[in-house]
Order: sequence, then C-alpha cells, then structure tokens
Amino acid sequence: MTTARKVSSRFAAVFAPLTGARIMAAIRPLAAIAIAALIISIVLIALGASPLAVFADLWQGAFGNWLAATDTLVKTTPLIFTGLAIAIAFQGALWNIGADGQLIVGAMAAGAIGPALGGWPHPIAILTMLALGAIGGALWGGLAGWLRARREVNEVICTIMLNFVAAQMLSWAVHGPLMERSRSFPQSTMIAPNAQLAFYFQPSRLNCGMIVAVLLAVACNLMLFHSAVGFELRALGRNRRASAFFGLPIRRLTVGVMALSGALAGIGGAVQVSAITHRLFETMSPGWGYEAIAVALVARLNPLAIVPAALLFGALDNGSQAMQRAHGVSPELVYIIQGMVIIVLVAFDAVASSGLRDAFFGAGDNVTAAPDVMAEAGDA
Amino acid sequence: MLEAFLASTIAMATPILLAALGELIVERSGVLNIGIEGAMLVGAFFGLTAAYFSGSIAMGLLAACAAAVALNAILALLVVNFAVNQVVAGTAIDILALGLTGVFYRRFFGLTGSAFTITPMRMIAIGPLARIPLIGPALFDQSALVYLAIALVPIIAFVISQTRYGLELRAAGERPEAADALGLGVYRIRWQALLIAGVLSGLAGAFLTMSYTNTFIEGISAGRGYVALSVVIVGRWNAWGVAAASLLFGAAMALQFALQAAGTAIPYQFFLALPYVMTIAALAFMGGQADAPSALGEPYLRS
Repeated sequence: MTTARKVSSRFAAVFAPLTGARIMAAIRPLAAIAIAALIISIVLIALGASPLAVFADLWQGAFGNWLAATDTLVKTTPLIFTGLAIAIAFQGALWNIGADGQLIVGAMAAGAIGPALGGWPHPIAILTMLALGAIGGALWGGLAGWLRARREVNEVICTIMLNFVAAQMLSWAVHGPLMERSRSFPQSTMIAPNAQLAFYFQPSRLNCGMIVAVLLAVACNLMLFHSAVGFELRALGRNRRASAFFGLPIRRLTVGVMALSGALAGIGGAVQVSAITHRLFETMSPGWGYEAIAVALVARLNPLAIVPAALLFGALDNGSQAMQRAHGVSPELVYIIQGMVIIVLVAFDAVASSGLRDAFFGAGDNVTAAPDVMAEAGDA
Repeated sequence: MLEAFLASTIAMATPILLAALGELIVERSGVLNIGIEGAMLVGAFFGLTAAYFSGSIAMGLLAACAAAVALNAILALLVVNFAVNQVVAGTAIDILALGLTGVFYRRFFGLTGSAFTITPMRMIAIGPLARIPLIGPALFDQSALVYLAIALVPIIAFVISQTRYGLELRAAGERPEAADALGLGVYRIRWQALLIAGVLSGLAGAFLTMSYTNTFIEGISAGRGYVALSVVIVGRWNAWGVAAASLLFGAAMALQFALQAAGTAIPYQFFLALPYVMTIAALAFMGGQADAPSALGEPYLRS
C-alpha cells in the first residue's frame, strides 16, 4: 500500500484536473443527445412518422403516469448495474463489451440457487442471491481478464464471444437442468418467495433493486476516486506501460478490474431475477450490456453520473414501447438512438479538444477533457 | 456426408474470409475495426432489400457494398479524422447497424407479412471439376462470391507484401508519424483501407442473405464479424494465414450442422456455442499480439 501511495502522489503531480474543461465535459453529453435527437427526427420523417408526435409519446410512455414512471425506474435499474460495470472497466482501459454475458451468468447463478432458499431468512436469502450473482459475473468477467493478462487475448473480442456463449448456456439451462418441474415451458423453477425482492406499491413493480444500484454507484465512486486501488485502476487506464514501469501489478489489476466489472453486471442479473422475473427465461437481457456503453459514456465514466444517465436510457426504453404501439415504429429505434448518442458524443469530444478544423485535418494534441482512456485505445 | 460437410465448410468460411480480408487491410493500416459486424449486417439487409425490390442480384450486391461503405465512412471520420477510441466508435457503429436494419426491416416487411425472399445467387459449376468426388461440390460448384473470396487471397497477399500500396499501408500501421513525415498521408491510407473493407464486408453480408440463404432475419450476422476479427489475429495478419483460419472456423460452424444431423444426445446449444468457444480457445493458444502492426488500435492525430 505504501508503494501505491508513493506512486499515487507521483501520478497526481502529472495529471492535475482541469476544472473548466470538466464543466464543458458535463455539458457535451446533453448537446450530443440533442443532436442525436435531431438526426433521429430525420430518420423518423424518412419512415413517415411525425418526430414531435413520436417524442411526445416517448415522454408519455416514460413518465406519463405513476405506473409508467415507476416502470421507467424498474427499467433503469439493470442499466445502472451494467453502466457501472462498463465505467469501471473503461476507466482501466479494459474494453469490456461483455456486460451482457456477465449479467446473464449472474442471473443464472442466482436463478439456480433461488428455488432452494425456501427456509432461509429473507435478508439472508436476498444477500445469497446477490452474492451468487456477483460471483457468476465475476467469473465470466475475470475469465476474460485472465485471458487478457496471461494469454494476450484481446478482451474486446473475448468478451463479445463470451456474450454469445452465455446466451447459449442460458438457453441450455432453461431447456435442461434448470427447467421447471412441469417441463411445459423453457423456464426455470420459480425462486422461493423469501428470495424475492418485494413490490412495495403494487401494481407498480417498484422494488429495492434501485436502492442497491444507487448504493453500489456510491461505493464505486468511493473506490474509484478515493482509494489506492481506484487510483491504480485509473493509472492503468491512462497509461498501461507507465503503470507497469511504476511497479503496479498490471496482471493482477487486469484480472481484478474485469472480475469487479463482471460482478457489478452479475449483481444486476441477480436483482432482475430476484425482483422482476423470479425465474430464468431464455432471454434475460434485451442488450443491457451494450446499451450500458452509451450510458457509461454519457456519464463520462463517472459512477455517480451513471444513475441519471441510466435513467435517461431507461426512460427511452420504456417510452419506446408506447411509441411502438402508437406509431408502428419498431422498438429497434432505441438502438439507433444509442448508437447515435455515442457517435455524436465522441465526435464532440474530439472537436472540443482540438477544434473543428484540426479535428478534420489534424493538428495539435488530442487532450480530451473526458478521462484519458477515451483517447487511448487498448494498447497491448 | 463428408462431401456435404466440405461444401458446408466452404459456405460458412466464405463470409468470414471476405470480411476478414477487409479487416486485414484495415488492421495493416493501423485501425482496429470493431464496426465490421455492423457493416456485414447492413450489407446483408440492404443487399437483400435492393435485390427484392429491383429483382436484380447485381443491384443487390451494389446496394450491399454501398451501405457497408457508407457505414465505414462514418467510422473513418470518427477514428481517422477525430482520432476517437476505436473500440468505442466501432461498438457504436454495430449498435447503430442493429437499429437501422431492425427498424427498416419492420417497416418494409414486418407489417405486410409478405415473404421477404429472393431467388438466391445461382451456383456456377466449373465444368467437369464440379464432378470431382469429395472436393468438387465444395470448391467448384459455388456462388460467384465464393470464387471471388478465394481469388482475393493471393491478390491481397501480393498487394500487401509486394506493391507500393502495400508498403504505404504497412507504414501507416507500423509508424504513422514516419509515414506522414514521408508525405504518405496516413489519413488517406486509413480512409482507403476502411472503404475497401466496407466493400468486402458488404459482400460478406450479401453472401449471407443472397447466396447462403435467401432471406433476412434480425441480427443475421450473428457475430461473424467478430469471428473475422479473431481470424485476422489467428492468421497472424497475413492473407494466407487468414484464409487458413477462415477455413478452420468455417469447419467449426459446419461441424455444428453435421453433428446435429448425426443426432447425438449432446444439447444443440453446445453446437451453437462451439464457434464462439473455439474463437476464444484459438486466441488463447495462437493469439499473441507479437505480429500485430505496432500502431494497431492507437489513435493517431497528425501534428
């Protein structure tokens, strides 16, 4: 720890924060979202729908009434978990595109133990579910981290492949070993009632999951910005080679960061099973792990900012279902929005850091106000 | 049985090979193109759509290339001119492609329920060669895209290692600063590489919807673009290696059908996961980054 402290002071002297630039960095996501909305309006017009009516219905569907608003929170919850997973990994310049698979494995672990928790006290049963979710996700993420650290396997490709493998594992589990006893549907046995997070305001599906997510966001923030480990993680993200030079345990950090990232996504899966689905189905995630990348980037990889960013995308997901009913615009529109937000945001950052002319023709250095990992690809 | 397996191997290897050859050129220029999956997907969808409405395979192929090139142009602007993180930009392109194809698919074909199928590209038998037992049907009775993919292997190997263009490409990928200092124009080289790759991934996608099958389902590329990325690594950034690796992965995917047809007790999900598990295993055992272009994946801004 003392060496880490020494390293930390050396690094701190080199990377002083830029406050003015930080404010701009917080404003740019909003501008990016506005531009993305503009581009999507054009797509909507091309599809023959009125953008204003679509956006109005999006709002109605997301916040129009008490039930819609609480369901927006329900749909925000998994995005906070996966968003945190992405933020932690990206801060360490480890490009984890596998939060989807990690969430699925976490859900599987929790869904497998859930039916057996019948006699357990409620809080212990819930904690067991969450712990198993964390372990499942950590194993899946840690595997990719280990392969990166020990076998130089590109973690981008590896985590994407593990997403596909996890999806097949889940399909096999609900058709095979975990299938419900009546064997009528491809779904697992329902988890015991005392392993379920309660709905406090029925018929709303509001539950404690959101609170767990927000607490984890605070914990991640403390870890990342106020602990030695968090400092090492960010140092790794800024410059892997320099970190190695300063004596940081690069390999252990790589495995640890990926395992932690996976654990966060895995807890998200466990919460989903415990609170919402109560059992495993063939599809547990509609792509939360990918959507989380947009969430994390809008939040500037800041754990606390993940919460409002996830709320934005959760509202989008929830509202888009109403939009589909009213306008016949398919829910895949949210993928276009996610992709556009990321594209516009990273382009904005580039232009803001080097000026429009320079961005096109090249000049000056690309000092992004966002965490430096944004500019630095995963160097081997 | 074996004959069918070989033919199926070639069919499965072709889209991977086409995409991987494009990715090879891009990576040699120093760019890691995660957006390759998205480019394949738009190629698959817009190729089939154009062929469906025009009734012409040629129009379909053209549209497939145009769509993938357009997508790669967005990526080029981001990763070359703006020097943004290549993984983030590529992932955004993939998500965007999933959305675009999904929305337009529902728009064109979701509501009517009419069958979204075309007459696929015809098989071109090369005379008596097609009747050679065992390998005849696999190699000499295939669609034009298969022959194109095979022909491109020696061509691209030659271009990269023996021509001036290949030299410039490698310079951009190994030492972009030095290449720029020599007036080679790293931005131009990387743009060209991404546009060429757009054409090839468009064709790879078109193969899926216009030759291998004759219809589209959402997310039909099913990770093949990512497999192509792995193929370039396992193939050690070399066209012949890429061809060999593509065949290996094609065989793994074909094995899935052969074993399922053989009716084993092993659950089918195991076979569906096999190509992805194999990709990870191949990267773990043959995937060192030692032969990678030095500047691969690193944003480069001209100063």
